[in-house]
Amino acid sequence: MVNHLLDRIQGLGRSTMNSAARLGRANVFLMSVFAGLSGMLVRPGLLIKQLFSVGVQTLIIILVAGLFVGMVMALQAYYALVDFGAEDSVSVMVVLSLLRELGPVITALLFAGRAGSALTAEIGLMKATEQLSGMEMMAVNPIERVVAPRFLAGIVSMPMLAAIFSAVGVLGGYLVAVELLGLDSGAFWSQAQAKVELYEDLGNGMIKSLVFGFVVAWIAVFEGYDCIPTSEGLGQATTRTVVYSSLAILALDFVLTALMFGK
Amino acid sequence: MKNTRTLELLVGLFVAAGLAALFMLAMSVSNLASYGGDDGYVIKARFDNIGGLKVRSPVAASGVRIGRVTDIQYDLEGFEALVSMSIDPQYNVFPIDSSASILTSGLLGEQYIGIEPGAEEEFLVEGSEIDITQSALVLEQIIGQFLYSKADE
Amino acid sequence: MSETLIKIRGLKFSRGDRVIFENVDMDIPRTGITAIMGPSGTGKTTLLKLIGGQLTPDAGIIEVDGQDVHKLRTRDLYALRKRMGMLFQSGALLTDLSVFDNVAYPIREHTRLSEVMVRQLVLLKLNAVGLRGAVDLMPSELSGGMARRVAMARAIALDPMMIMYDEPFTGQDPISMGVLVQLIKSLNDALKICSIVVSHDVFETMSIADYVYIISAGTVVEHGSPEDMHNSQSEWTRQFIDGLADGPVPFHFDAPPLLDDLFAASGRRRG
Repeated sequence: MVNHLLDRIQGLGRSTMNSAARLGRANVFLMSVFAGLSGMLVRPGLLIKQLFSVGVQTLIIILVAGLFVGMVMALQAYYALVDFGAEDSVSVMVVLSLLRELGPVITALLFAGRAGSALTAEIGLMKATEQLSGMEMMAVNPIERVVAPRFLAGIVSMPMLAAIFSAVGVLGGYLVAVELLGLDSGAFWSQAQAKVELYEDLGNGMIKSLVFGFVVAWIAVFEGYDCIPTSEGLGQATTRTVVYSSLAILALDFVLTALMFGK
Repeated sequence: MKNTRTLELLVGLFVAAGLAALFMLAMSVSNLASYGGDDGYVIKARFDNIGGLKVRSPVAASGVRIGRVTDIQYDLEGFEALVSMSIDPQYNVFPIDSSASILTSGLLGEQYIGIEPGAEEEFLVEGSEIDITQSALVLEQIIGQFLYSKADE
Repeated sequence: MSETLIKIRGLKFSRGDRVIFENVDMDIPRTGITAIMGPSGTGKTTLLKLIGGQLTPDAGIIEVDGQDVHKLRTRDLYALRKRMGMLFQSGALLTDLSVFDNVAYPIREHTRLSEVMVRQLVLLKLNAVGLRGAVDLMPSELSGGMARRVAMARAIALDPMMIMYDEPFTGQDPISMGVLVQLIKSLNDALKICSIVVSHDVFETMSIADYVYIISAGTVVEHGSPEDMHNSQSEWTRQFIDGLADGPVPFHFDAPPLLDDLFAASGRRRG
C-alpha cells in the first residue's frame, strides 16, 4: 500500500520533470525559430506559400462562423434589450463583444483546430518520413526552411482572420437587426460609432489576436517538431496542439482582458 | 509558374480582405470618424456631483454630440468635480453664459453632459469655464427629497 | 585498404538507460564500399546519424576527413555535410516538390548556378540512376525503389566524398533490390567515393562490400573482408550470416519455463 503510494508520488515527480523539460525545449526551440526568421527575407516565396495554406484555407470557416456568430449575437442582444426599450443598442453589444472577445477568441480557437493541427501534422509527418533529417544532412536548416515560415504565417494570418471574422460578424448582426427585426439602420451604425473606441476596443482586440496567433503557431510548430515520429505519436501531437492551444487561448484571454479593460 | 502566380494572387486577396475588414471596422463601427483629430477647444465646468460621468462620455447640445469629456478631477479648493471637455471646432459659437448639466440617456443609460446655450454675445473659447451647472441626479438624494416632502405633508 | 576517411574511437552512446554503443572503434576507407551489418535494433541507423553529426555521442570521437564532427561549429558542420550524401530508409524526398525540384534542391541551396546549368546537372544525376524519364513526377507517384533511386540522385547532386546508405534494400522486390545493389556498386566505382551501407540483408550487402563490420549489442563483433566473414569461426557471426533460428541469439525471448507460466493462471503477476 505504502509502496503503491510512493509509486504514485514518484510518477508525479517524473511527469513534472518531463513537463518542465518540454517547456524548456519549447523555449529553446522558439529561440531557434526566431533565429531562422531572417531567412524569410531572402525567400519571401516560402512565406507566401504558408500564408496560403495557413491563412487562405482557413478563411472559409472563419467567414461562415463569423456570419453566424454575429447573427446569433444580434438575436440574443435584441431579446435581452427589448425589455428595457434599449433595442437600439443591439449594435453596440454585437460590435463590442465581437471586437473585444468573440472575434479574437473564436478565430483563434477555429485557427487552432484548422490550421494549428494541420501545421503539427505536416511538420510531424515530415519528421516521421525523415524529411527534416534529410534536410539537415543536405546542410539545410529545417527550422529556417520549414518551421519559421509556418510560424510567421500563423502570426500574420491571425489578426487578418480575426478582423475578417469581426467584420463579417457585424454584417451578420446588421442583417438580423435591421433586415429581420426591423431596427433602424442609421441607429445601428451610429450607436456603434458612439460607443466603440478605435484603440481601446478594435486595437486591443487586434493585440489579442496577435498574441493568440503567436501562441497557437508556437504550440503547433513545436508539437510537430517535437513529436514522436510514429503514426501514434503524430496523432497525439495533433491532439495536444488543439487542446493546449485552446486552453492557452482561453487562459491568455482572461489575462489580457484583465490587463486591457480592467481599470 | 502559373501555380505560383495564383497562389500569390490569392494570398494578396487574403491580405487585402483582412485590411479591408480592419478599415470597415474602424470607419463604420468605431469612433474613428468622430475623432477628427483632437483639435477641438477645451472648456471646463464644475459640478457638485458628476454621478457616473466618465472620461470620453459624450458632450451634447439638443441631443447632438458635439464633443467629449477629456478629463475629470477633484478640485480641492471648491470641493467640487472639475470636468474638462473637448468641443469639436465647428461648434465654436456657444455663448459664454451657456449652462451644462449632467443628464442620463434613457432610464438606465449612461450619463453625458448636455449644453444649453445662453444669450450672451461673447462665445466660449479655449480654457473658458461654464459657470451655470447642474449636477447629476443621484437616486438616493431624489428618494430622500421625496420622503422629506411626504413627511412635511 | 586505402587511406582512412572516417575514424571512430571509443564511441559510447546511450538513449535513456539503454546503451546503444559501448566502446566502438572503426576505420572506414576513403574509397570502396564498407558494409555495417547487424540484427535489427542494434543502432545501425544511429551510427550513421552520429557520423552525420545529427546525434552527439556520450564519449569517444568521430573524425570525418580529419575533422572531429562533434567539435565543429554549426557552420563548419554544415560545410562538412555538403560533402556527405545520405540515403534515408524512406528516401526522405520532400513530398511537396517534384522529382526535378528534389534533386535540384541541394544544388539550388548551395550553389549559384543558372537554372539552365541546374537543369543539366539534375538530368545528368537522374540519368545516372536511370530515372530521367520520371523528372516531372511527384514523390507520391513513385514506387519505394524509385523513390530511393531519386534520393540517390539527390545524394550525389553535390558530388560528395561519401554516401551513407541506411537500409537501402529493406522492403524491396527482387528486381528493384538488384537495381539498387547494382547502382550502389556502379556509383561507387564511377565516382571513386566512400560508400557506407548499413543493412541486414546479408547476401546482397556481402556481394558488393569491400569490407564488413558486424555489430551487435553495442560492440563490433567482427570485421574483415566478406570472405573472412564467410570463413568466420565465430558462432555469432555464423548465426547471423547463415540466418539460423537458434544460436547465441536465442529463439525464445527471456521467459520463465513454459509449464510455470501455463499453470500460473491463478494469481497472475503483473509487471
